[in-house]
Amino acid sequence: MIRALRSFAAFWYDFLIGDDWRIAAGVALALAVTALLVYLGVSAWWVLPVAVLVLLGFSVWRVARTK
Amino acid sequence: MGSWFLVATVFLACAVEAVEALTVVLAAGVTRDWRSALTGVGGGLVVLAAVVAVLGPALTVVPLGALRLVVGALLLVFGLQWLRKAILRAAGLKELHDEAGTYARQVAAAGRAGRQRRLAVPDWYGFTLSFKAVVLEGLEVAFIVVTFGANQGHIGLAVIGATAAVVLVTVTGFAIRAPLSRVPENTMKFAVGALLTTFGTFWGAEGAGVRWPGGDAAILVLLAVIVAFSVAAVAALRTTRVAPAPAETP
Repeated sequence: MIRALRSFAAFWYDFLIGDDWRIAAGVALALAVTALLVYLGVSAWWVLPVAVLVLLGFSVWRVARTK
Repeated sequence: MGSWFLVATVFLACAVEAVEALTVVLAAGVTRDWRSALTGVGGGLVVLAAVVAVLGPALTVVPLGALRLVVGALLLVFGLQWLRKAILRAAGLKELHDEAGTYARQVAAAGRAGRQRRLAVPDWYGFTLSFKAVVLEGLEVAFIVVTFGANQGHIGLAVIGATAAVVLVTVTGFAIRAPLSRVPENTMKFAVGALLTTFGTFWGAEGAGVRWPGGDAAILVLLAVIVAFSVAAVAALRTTRVAPAPAETP
C-alpha cells in the first residue's frame, strides 16, 4: 500500500515538476512577484519573460557544468 | 493566429508522444499478441478521452483570470521542461531519443516475460505494456489539449489536432511495421517547448494581472525571443562542450 502511494506520488511529482524542481519553483515565484507588482501599480509585463530566460539558462548551464 | 498555434502545438506534441508510444505497442504486438496489445491501446485511449471529457467542461466554468494563471503556470512548467531537454539533446549533453534502440530493448524484455491470461485478455503482459505506454505518453498531451483548448475556447479544435497526429503516426507506423526512428523528434520537441513556454508566459502573466504591450502581438515577440535564446544556448553549450580543457598548472 505504501509502495503504491509512493509510486503514485513519484509519478505526479515527475509529471508536474519534472527533472529540475527549480524551474517549477522559479515559475511560481515569478508569477507571485508579477501579481504583487501589478497589485502595487507597477508595470510588470517584463518579469515573467526575464524569469523564463534566467530559469532556462541556469537549468541547462547547471547540467553542462557537471558534464 | 491563436487557433493556428493551438492546432500546431497540440499536433506536434501529440505526434512526438504517439511515436514513442507506437514503438512500445509495436514491440508488444510483434513479440507477444496483437489482440492483447491493441486492447491495451484501446483501454489507454479510453482513459485519455475520459480525462479530456471530464476536465475540459470543468475548466470552462473557471473564471478566465484564474484559469489563465493556473493554465499559464502549468504550460510554462511543461514547456520549460520540454525546451530544456531539447536544448540539452541538441547540444549533445543528453542522449537523443533512440526509437530503434528502445524497440530492441522492449522486444528483448517482452520475449523473456511469461504468458498469463486475465480478464479475457489472452496476454496480460502485452496488454499492460501497451496500456501503460499509451496512458503515460498521452497524459501530458491530454493536459495540453484540455488547458490550451479551454484557454482558447476551442477544446474541439485541440482534439482534432491531437487525433490527426495519432492517426498519421499510427497509419505510418503500421504501414512500415517498424518504429519511426527517422522522425526528427528533438526538433519537434524543441518547437513544442518553445510554443508552450511562449503561451505559458503570455497567459500566466495575464492571469497575474499584466496587460501586454501590443496585446496579442506580444505572443510573436515572445516566441521569437524564446527561440533565439534557445538556439543561442545550444550554440553556447556546444562550444563549451568541444572546447579543450585548460592545461593544469603544476
